[in-house]
This record gives sequence, structure tokens and C-alpha cells, in this order.
Amino acid sequence: MADNGYEGAHGAEGGGLEFHPMDQFIVKPLFGGDAIHWYTPTNVTLWLFVAILAVTALMVLATSKRAVVPGRGQSIAEMAYGFVYKMVEDVTGKDGIVYFPYIMTLFMFILAANFLGLLPMAFTTTSHIAVTAVMGFGVFFAVTILGFVKNGASFLSLFWVEAAPLPLRPILALIELISYFVRPVSHSIRLAGNMMAGHAVLKVFAGFAQVAAIAPIAILGVVAIYGLELLVAFIQAYVFTILTCVYLKDALHPHH
Amino acid sequence: MATDTHGAAESAAGMPQLEFGTFPNQIFWLVLALIAIYFILSRIALPRIAAILAERQGTITNAIANAEDLKAKAAEAEESYNKALADARAEAQAIAAEARAQIQADLDVAIAKADAEIAAKSAESEKAISAIRASAVESVREVSVETAQDIVGAFGGKTDAKAIASAVADRMKG
Repeated sequence: MADNGYEGAHGAEGGGLEFHPMDQFIVKPLFGGDAIHWYTPTNVTLWLFVAILAVTALMVLATSKRAVVPGRGQSIAEMAYGFVYKMVEDVTGKDGIVYFPYIMTLFMFILAANFLGLLPMAFTTTSHIAVTAVMGFGVFFAVTILGFVKNGASFLSLFWVEAAPLPLRPILALIELISYFVRPVSHSIRLAGNMMAGHAVLKVFAGFAQVAAIAPIAILGVVAIYGLELLVAFIQAYVFTILTCVYLKDALHPHH
Repeated sequence: MATDTHGAAESAAGMPQLEFGTFPNQIFWLVLALIAIYFILSRIALPRIAAILAERQGTITNAIANAEDLKAKAAEAEESYNKALADARAEAQAIAAEARAQIQADLDVAIAKADAEIAAKSAESEKAISAIRASAVESVREVSVETAQDIVGAFGGKTDAKAIASAVADRMKG
């Protein structure tokens, strides 16, 4: 992230302002070379690994004492556990608790990736549509298959709104069907879009800091946007998780 | 790092997110990472946190039960204390009543004795008084008779002792 920022600064000395707000999202091989094969370790790999370490540190190392009266780390781990557990229980009901580990995995990964991406020079894995789409479509297919396995053909009653007057039902069914298939797209683009936009805006503000006259305002802007992004990092993880719970609830209880 | 990676990827003409060539790479590593996190969470972290929470809940429940127990014991102790107090008070009252009865009995005996003595003394006194009164009346009669005889004698009348005595007796009756 900062590599390119410095280049931008040098460019400013040479002449006009240079912005490279999107450079931070470039996927680069870790150990040189140009080719990115499916197995090449890249900066994506590095930051995914850091996310795994962060989740492990919080959820495993911090709870290793198993204290009845928890310390700081253990408190946060318990809070995360209770937060997602309650969310799953409230939204999907008791029979959704079985899927709690999967939802917890999504939440912890997105939360860790979002916050790690806010470290200077970090790479934000969740700003990539490839990453969020895997999760979004993963949830979509998992939930759809689960819906048919649990309910059989009656899962389709999800699209047949019993509460509406009969003539309206086919139209509503069409709308429901379209909205159902749009779900994974909005689900994944919402997360990637939020992360990308926030980080790009940060970069643009940082770019304005090249000009001495407006540098203080630009730096103030960076600070303000950074605070906002901290909030967004959590909210987007929360939104992704609770939507997953809502979709899961539709699969388990398709009848309105 | 930036110096040795000159290439198409470095320029970022559009959105790096839409360089589809990097997708297989990202998807591969992401799936690995998600699987790793899933196993770390579901095998180690989540059961452990669930156990911690259950243990804490158990500790709290036990502590509350203990507190209830102690509270019940305290109430019991207070009850027995109150009972002992009431018993002691009743006993004290009984002893006091007994003592009062004893004293009353003694007093009654003494009063009766005193009354008897007083009665005896007053009877004796009355007897003496009546004797004195009788002797006084007799004296008055004698004096009256003598006086009457003398008065009659002085007027020159014949003194009839018998008639004078009966006249004095009549006057003294009236």
C-alpha cells in the first residue's frame, strides 16, 4: 500500500499529482516472477494466513487459560462467540444452531480480514470480489441445497406468498425468484464494494497530502475516514453474517 | 518488493478486482484458509469456549445455591434464637407468678392473723368500755338519787327513797 504511495509522492515532485488508489488491490506473487498460477503464493496468501493467525490468536491462544473469570483476550473471544451464537439462535431458531460453526467461521474470517486490511501496507482480502463471491455463492448454494434436502419440493413455497391475494401470487413469485437469485450477488458485492471503496477513499485522501497547502486537511480526512472504516469493517462482517443467518432461516423454514 | 515486480499487474489500469487471471489463485487460497479456520474453530476454539461458558454458568449456579443454603441456615438460626428467647420469657413469667402467689399466700396468712389479733383486742376494749359505761350509769343514778333526796329534803318534803329511785330510773330511761 505504502510502496505505491511513496512512488506517488516522488511523482508529485516531478510535476502533477499522481493517484494510485487502486494499486493497493493488486495481486502480486510473494517471491518474484510475473505468472500467477492457481498455486502461486501471493500477497493474498500471505494475508489470508495472517487472518488465520489472528483468528487462532484470539479464539485459541486467548482462551487457553480457560479462566472462569476471563481476562481481556478471553472476554473478547467469549463476546464474539456469544454474539454470533445469539444471532444464529435468534434468527434461525434452535434448529439452526447446528450450523453455528460454519457461520462463526465466516464471521471470524471476514472480521479478521477487514480489520487486518486497515493496517498500513496491508492487503485487504475481503476487498476482492473473487473472495467475497466464493463466500456469497458458497452460502447461496449451501442454503439452497439444504432447503431442498430439508423440505423437498415444499421448499418452493418460499416463492409462493400465501398471504397475498391469489391473482398477485404469480407476479410475486417471479419477483421473489429474481430476488432470490440476486441474493448471492448483492451478498458478495456489498462486502467487497464497501471494503474497496473505503480503502480507495483513504488512498485518495492520502494522495492529497502530497500538496503541502492542503496536507493538514487531507491528513485529518484520512484520520476521519479511518475511524469510519473501523466501523464499516465490523458492520460489514455483521451484515454478511446476519444475512447468512436470514438465508439459512429461509432454507429451514421456507413457509411464510 | 515493488522493484522486482514490474509487469502488467503493477500498473493497475482498471480494477485489480476484475483481473480474472488471479481468480483461481485467490479462490484456491481462500478455500484453504476457510477450511483451516473452520477446523481451528470447530475442533478447538468453539468447544473450549462452550465449556468455559458452561463451567462459569455452573459456578454461578453453585454459588447461588450456596448462598440460598446459607440464607436458609441463617433464618433457621434466627428462628431458634427467637424460640429460645420466647421460652426464657415464658419461664421468667411463670417464676414471677409463682413468687407472687407465694408472697400473696404469706401475706394472706399474716393479714388473717393480724385481723384476729385486732378483733380480739377490740372485743376486749369493748368489754372494758361497756363495763366503764355501766359503772358510769350506775354512778350517775346514785348521784341523781342522792341529789334528788337532798333537794326534796331541802324543800322540806318527806323523803320517800323508793319513789325517788323509781322517778330517777324513769328519767334516765327517757
